[in-house]
Amino acid sequence: MGEALFARIAKERAPLLSLWFDAALEGYARDTASFLKDRRDPFANPVGHHTRRGLERLFDELVGAMDMEAVTQALDPILRIRAVQHLTPARAVEFLFRFKRILSERFGAAPRSAEAAGLLFELHERIDRMVLAAFDVYMACREQVMELKANEMRQRTFRAFQRAGLVRPEHEKAPEADGE
Amino acid sequence: MAEAKPTPQDVLHRIQHTPPRSDWMETPVEIRKGMYCYAANPKSVATLGLPHPHAWNPVEDDWHLPENWQQILHEGFKERLERFRSFKVFMDICVRCGACADKCHYFIGTGDPKNMPVLRAELLRSVYRNDFSRMGRLLGKVNGARPMSFEVLREWWYYLFQCSECRRCSLFCPYGIDTAEITIMGRELLNLLGLNIDWIATPVANCYMNGNHLGIQPHAFKDMIDFFVDDIEEKTGVRVKPRFMEKGADILFITPSGDVFADPGTYTAMGYLMLFHYLEEKYGLKVTWSTYASEGGNFGFFTSHETMKRLNAKMYAEAKRLKVKWILGGECGHMWRVIHQYMDTMNGPADFLEVPVNPITGTRFEQARSTKMVHLVEFTADLIHHGKLDLDPRRNDYLKVTFHDSCNPSRGMGFFEEPRYVIRNVCNHFYEMPANTIREQTFCCGSGAGLNAGENMELRLAGGLPRANAVQHVHRKYGVNMLACICAIDRAALPALMDYWVPGVQVTGVHELVANALNLPGQNERTTNLRGEEFEELMAQAEGQSDEG
Repeated sequence: MGEALFARIAKERAPLLSLWFDAALEGYARDTASFLKDRRDPFANPVGHHTRRGLERLFDELVGAMDMEAVTQALDPILRIRAVQHLTPARAVEFLFRFKRILSERFGAAPRSAEAAGLLFELHERIDRMVLAAFDVYMACREQVMELKANEMRQRTFRAFQRAGLVRPEHEKAPEADGE
Repeated sequence: MAEAKPTPQDVLHRIQHTPPRSDWMETPVEIRKGMYCYAANPKSVATLGLPHPHAWNPVEDDWHLPENWQQILHEGFKERLERFRSFKVFMDICVRCGACADKCHYFIGTGDPKNMPVLRAELLRSVYRNDFSRMGRLLGKVNGARPMSFEVLREWWYYLFQCSECRRCSLFCPYGIDTAEITIMGRELLNLLGLNIDWIATPVANCYMNGNHLGIQPHAFKDMIDFFVDDIEEKTGVRVKPRFMEKGADILFITPSGDVFADPGTYTAMGYLMLFHYLEEKYGLKVTWSTYASEGGNFGFFTSHETMKRLNAKMYAEAKRLKVKWILGGECGHMWRVIHQYMDTMNGPADFLEVPVNPITGTRFEQARSTKMVHLVEFTADLIHHGKLDLDPRRNDYLKVTFHDSCNPSRGMGFFEEPRYVIRNVCNHFYEMPANTIREQTFCCGSGAGLNAGENMELRLAGGLPRANAVQHVHRKYGVNMLACICAIDRAALPALMDYWVPGVQVTGVHELVANALNLPGQNERTTNLRGEEFEELMAQAEGQSDEG
């Protein structure tokens, strides 16, 4: 099931990806969005580059095997960037929902047959699974940012003092595995 | 007739996803958590005798400013325009061509248009036009002018502390406008109102009172070095004997205190100690450390010209007192910008010192003939070039190294080849990052100019993205697992950046690599590196990884 609609979508990979990329940039100011879109050098524009590459991989999973590990890997660079930017969590994952609208605009919102309705439902369900995975990735990134905030000072300065035996009495010795 | 009920499709299509477009002056600043550093502790501001020490909180509506704060800023602005011709020129000549707009790592990473260098400068220029240009006064907003207000002040503060003064933008400006200089002036003006950040103000006060940014007192400084001595003995079987405040030593060595107190810089500090021991054993060179001049960095540079001068003077006072011939400086970033570009005007010429000559090779460091201060990496490069070091780079064979050009040595003094020359002589596997991310085009670590606090981690991670992205490229392409640098802020800031963006890449100073390769007279078999990791295991791991690759 799913071949007909999925094949039609896959055939329009480039224009659909272009629309999806534009939609993903909507949370940014206009000047920023045009920079992210136009500058193609991956080292001069890592945000644009990783967003574009990530969407390509997501697209291929959406109409392909929908391997959740591959989906998570594709989501990671996009959400990792968004987790440290100004976007709210909702704004950060919104681009995934937006693909539903792009599809409805391109292929029509009302399915003409029960089979088409089933395919559309399947497609929307896949996008929903991507959104759920995106929440997980986003939260994992936020948690990592918080951990870095909490641990950086300890790992840098405190550990140097600790190694030198300048800060901690012997009886408070922590287990070896601590914090490494 | 009742209006037709809208379909879900109609409703959906009415939703606007694009943020409303407004002129930058009309877009209010939102001081966002994770992007700003905490306000300066008033005690630190008072210690330095800087104006208007007071408690305040950037996210509150009342910053407890002096009543005449606008007048203070206006007069401060005027004074600096008269004093610094470059500032006046930079205020006047920008034609807003946009060449700099997408070159700032903070803009690239955060996507905030006010981090475009041109807009950051416009923050000051808009007030400059209003206060000091007739056209600006007449035409107001049409001419890009606006009066100083509390909203503008908030914007200044937020964005002037989102610039690491790295000068990448200036490289692309057809007029050579140095936005770093504009940030420097802007921060000076903010300091007139007591509006520094604590990550700068307290280190400066510490350095002023105790000799180093961390406020470590002399005995603790010596204790840490003594600990390194024990550690080196454990790993090499050789007990090095550092000198402290020794009058008549050949050279005074000064490095950022971060090398002595923060991992992984501590391993770089061990590298310094081993190199000096080697040079004394082999060639009789006497290098002394000082607990008084125990800070190579200079956060005064991020406060005001006067504060920078006061901290810088300690180095030279100590060199004079100890009657050394010249000063050798450790692996630091902004320290070298201060030495190379400002020191001579502020505290120079240091004519009580000798023009630096490497007594082992006879090389005369002409570029340092006035400042009398040589970068350790060029000193080591000179030693290697003359075959004066006994090196076994195979001990670093488990490493695939890339080099991050720190902004200040690279763009501030054109220091590109020496660190690469040293690394290539102590490591067998070296890989460059893409050309538009290194040398003069290097991307900042995202934490320079006093912005390596913990509370602004989002800013640091977003600003460090362009650098991390280039590291990720060589990590994936060549299996790079070590990022070398010659700056203490880099060593402090890059590990978190790598953890977030490129896990699997560690950070090192160049002299940690040198020391691991250096054969000390009388050493044992050397089974571990300076981090205490077994070479055998590291090599086996590396072989496993390249087999997988």
